Order: sequence, then C-alpha cells, then structure tokens
Amino acid sequence: MPPITARFQLAYEQFSLDVDLQLPSTGITILFGSSGSGKTTLLRCIAGLQKAPTGFLEINGKVWQDSEHKIFLPTYQRNLGYVFQEANLFPHLSVEDNLQFGLKRLDKRPNKTGLQNLLELLGIEHLLKRMPDRLSGGEKQRVAIARALALNPDILLMDEPLAALDFKRKQEILPFLTRLHQQLEIPVLYVTHSHQEVAQLTDTLVLLEEGKVQASGSLSETLSRLDLPFAQDKEASTVWQATLIAHETDYHLTRVAIAGDTLSLPFIDAQPGTSLRIQIYARDVSIALEKPKATSILNILPAIINDFTHDAYGQCIVQLKIGSQSLLAHITLKSAILLNLQCGMPVYVQIKGTSLLN
Amino acid sequence: MLTPADLDALLLTFKVASLATLFMLLIGTPLAWWLARTNSIFKGFINAIVSLPLVLPPTVLGFYLLVLMGPAGVIGKLTNELGLGTLPFTFPGLVIASVLYSMPFVVQPLQAAFTSIGQQPLEAAATLRASPIDSFFSVVVPLTKPGFLTASILGFTHTVGEFGVVLMIGGNIPDKTRVVSVQIYNHVEALEYTEAHWLAGCLLAFSFTVLLILYTVLKTQPNVQQLK
Repeated sequence: MPPITARFQLAYEQFSLDVDLQLPSTGITILFGSSGSGKTTLLRCIAGLQKAPTGFLEINGKVWQDSEHKIFLPTYQRNLGYVFQEANLFPHLSVEDNLQFGLKRLDKRPNKTGLQNLLELLGIEHLLKRMPDRLSGGEKQRVAIARALALNPDILLMDEPLAALDFKRKQEILPFLTRLHQQLEIPVLYVTHSHQEVAQLTDTLVLLEEGKVQASGSLSETLSRLDLPFAQDKEASTVWQATLIAHETDYHLTRVAIAGDTLSLPFIDAQPGTSLRIQIYARDVSIALEKPKATSILNILPAIINDFTHDAYGQCIVQLKIGSQSLLAHITLKSAILLNLQCGMPVYVQIKGTSLLN
Repeated sequence: MLTPADLDALLLTFKVASLATLFMLLIGTPLAWWLARTNSIFKGFINAIVSLPLVLPPTVLGFYLLVLMGPAGVIGKLTNELGLGTLPFTFPGLVIASVLYSMPFVVQPLQAAFTSIGQQPLEAAATLRASPIDSFFSVVVPLTKPGFLTASILGFTHTVGEFGVVLMIGGNIPDKTRVVSVQIYNHVEALEYTEAHWLAGCLLAFSFTVLLILYTVLKTQPNVQQLK
C-alpha cells in the first residue's frame, strides 16, 4: 500500500493548522499534542468532517481531497472508520443495529466471519441485543470500535477513544487495542495526549504544537529526542523492541535480546522468539564510568553518550546509544559534572527496572 | 345533544386541522432544520417572521391575508390568473390561513429538537456511509420523534382552537368554512346555551386529553441525553 499523504492549511481567528505529512500505510500513528495543538482538527480534516480550504489527501492510492482540482469527497463517501471520543452510538438502535448501520450501506458486504472475529476480539458478542444506555463506558467504546472496523475501512481514525473513560475502564480497553494493533493490516491514526497510550500503542509518532508538526518519526527515535518535550517530562522513557530468548525459571526471570545485548526481566509468560515491547523510564537509568562489579543491578550495558542537556531544576537529561538503539537517563546535574560527562564518551548504564508493554 | 350542523362543523374542523398539520410538517420540517443549523444573517429575520402569529392578534393576520388573497391582492391576482378564483371564504383559503397562523407551534418544537441532538449523531452517521438525507431519516427523525409528536399535536390543537383568523378569512359558511369555534359563537349569539355547552365540552375534553398525553406519555420518550 502506498503511504498516506496529508497536507492541510486552515486558519481561524485564534488557531491555524499547517501540516504536510507522509504517514506509513501500516501500524498505529499517534498524533500527540496538548489541547489546542490541532490534533483533533487534523483528524477531522482527514475524515472530511471539517474542510480545510487548502489541502491534499491521498489514502490507499485514492485522492480524498485536492483543493487545487476542487476535489472534496464528503465523509460518507470516504472508506474510513472513525471512533469518537465519546462512543457516539445511536441511542435508538441496539448494539447489533448499531453495528449493522454502516454495513447495510455498503455496496459490497464483507463476509460474516470478519464481523464475528471482530466481536470476539473486542469481547462484545454477548452485548448484541442490548441498547446503548445499558452499556458501560468501556463497552460502548468497544462497540464503537467494532462498528467502525466492520466496514473494512482503508484507514481507522481514533479521536482520544479512551479520554472519556476512568482509569479502570482504560485498563480494561487497552489490552483490546494492543490486540487490534497486532492483527490490523490497515493504518490507524490515533489522537491522544496520554503518555501511557503513546508508549503502549505507537509505531510512528507525530508531535503537533500550535497547528504545526514539531516532529514525526519512529517511537524510540522521537521519545529520546532532547529537543522535544517527551525527554524533559518526569515520566520520560524509551521504548525498545526486544525478542524473548529463554527463561531462567529458578530465578523467575526471562532473558530478552535487544540491540546485540541481553536483558534480564521479571518472568514473562511467553514462548522464546516472541516479540516484546519494553519501556524503560529515564529515572530508572543510572550511569557509571567503569563497569560496576559488586552491584545488585542485573542489567548493565555498555553505551556511548550521544548528547545531553539540562533543565532549570538541576536535572540532566542524557541521551545514550546502545548499538543503534537510543536510551534516556535522568541524572542530577551534579553527577553529570562530577563524572565530567562528554559527548562520545563510552560509559556503562545500569537499568534498575523495566516494564513490559504487551 | 349535538345537532347535524354541529357534527358537520366538527368534521370540517378535523379536516382543516389535519390538512393544515400535514402542510405545516412538510414546510416546517425543512424550515426548522435550516433554522437549527444555519449561521446565516437571515436567521433572526426568518425566526421573527415565523413567530409573528404568536404575538399578533389573529384578526390582524386575518385582515392582511384577506387583503392579499382578495381580488385586488397580490396572491388573489395570481390565483385568478391561474384560474383558481380567489381564496377567501373557501376551504383551501382556510387551510392556508391556518398553516400560517399555527406554523410557530410546529417550527419551534422541531427547531428545539433538532438543536438538542447536536452535530455528533450526524457525524457518526456520515462516518458510517450515510448521506445527509439518509441520516436525516435514519438518525434525526427517530431521535427527535418526541419533537415531531409535540409539533403535530400543538399544530393540530392550535388550528382547532383558532377563531379570529377563521372569521376574517373563512367567514361562516356551513360545510365550507364553519368550524367548531365559529359554530359555538353562532349558538351563543342565538342564545342556544345547551348546544353551545355540548360543543364547548367536546373541545375542552379534546384539548385537555391531548395536553395530558403530551405532558405525561411523551415525557417518557427516549431523549437525546442518552447519547452520551
């Protein structure tokens, strides 16, 4: 599938949007930014719910908008799925009729097994006869996701689908999204301002600020960039793709391969060869000039200091390279000066803790 | 008891009110939809015109209609040209006057209902391949059913209860323009209080029943709050 091209220019009194993006045709692309950064507006422009006066949009080889040639496909003629912040189910229709609403309007109905799989994947088979007001917030949102995906869209657009849910409901729905992520073959554009959702779901990250693209790229690359707000955040982290090698059952540990090295993680119940997504918080990483010998920390890796910066509160943010992978460490400014850290310096990193994301 | 003339008047009233309600819904629905969605500078102007019968004495409205639809009026000349004759003191004239007179009672509940459902269900429908007209009938109408019921009931009952406009534009012609309210007036003028009582009682019972349904049964209809 060719990549997605999206160019939009739009100006209101208080706000303007000016983006020019090439997005991959698979995986989840997260549009991240504070409120008012234009991420929802961008999504609505892609859906055609809002019309940017100047714009060009091509998805799956089809042009949906080309203002130069006066092309603007209305939303209902675009082969997309859209999940709103609030589930937005039709209150006068049962769950089943909500799911059938779009299907009935397709020229060619997708086969029934597709829908059946979707119901199973999202765990909503038992809800079909219910009315939307008899569903919990999480159930509503799962039905909304199934309703959008049932149409076999060329792209799935999700506008903060978890923002209206409380913490418990979020935890209930995130695993479904992760599973979807692994099984979906279409591109997903996902708007959020939650760091957790970014770490868990992203393949490609687009950072928006005041209607402009501040950065876009792979997750690990973008998270570790020192010029972006992620690295400065208290919750700053890097996300690594790792492969499970073996279990050390005696110690209740699992060894994983990452960038030519190995890490010991708390036991992971999966087969060797499984692909894993691992998050390492910058505050859990410390730096030593020599390889520490007597230490309780298991994961010690050689690394090169790539770059560093500091904030106004005595915190130094260090960007390290381990092979081609980037890693962030938050240390005190005093330690950085005492160790006389320099760019290009070989050091050892001690990783105190990791968390598994899938 | 009701006299045959009374029954004729009741039947005629029912015919006028049904036809007028039908036309009011046909004209009022797109009008209310437009008023609920538009940001046009004409919105206030159109709103004021539609609502005018709420505050205008019916005789004033009737007077202007009489002049306009009369042989010398703009509409009268047009209908004469078309070979339809003039409208005052005819059944169609009465229906047209009723439509204009009761229109705000149909447009306002519809406009309120359309405004209350907001953009969200329409956007959801659009992302599910429904064209604007499709979504109007498959989403908007079911969601605003209470609004349509209220509009129809208010439009119908208000037409049944009109008097001033009827006298000006319809007159008092048996079987053609003599509706119940005029018939009651005739009875009272002739000091036939018993007959007047019967007819007035019928209207009172009818109006009260309708309003009772409106405020008790329809209140329980699903409303847009459940969207969230």
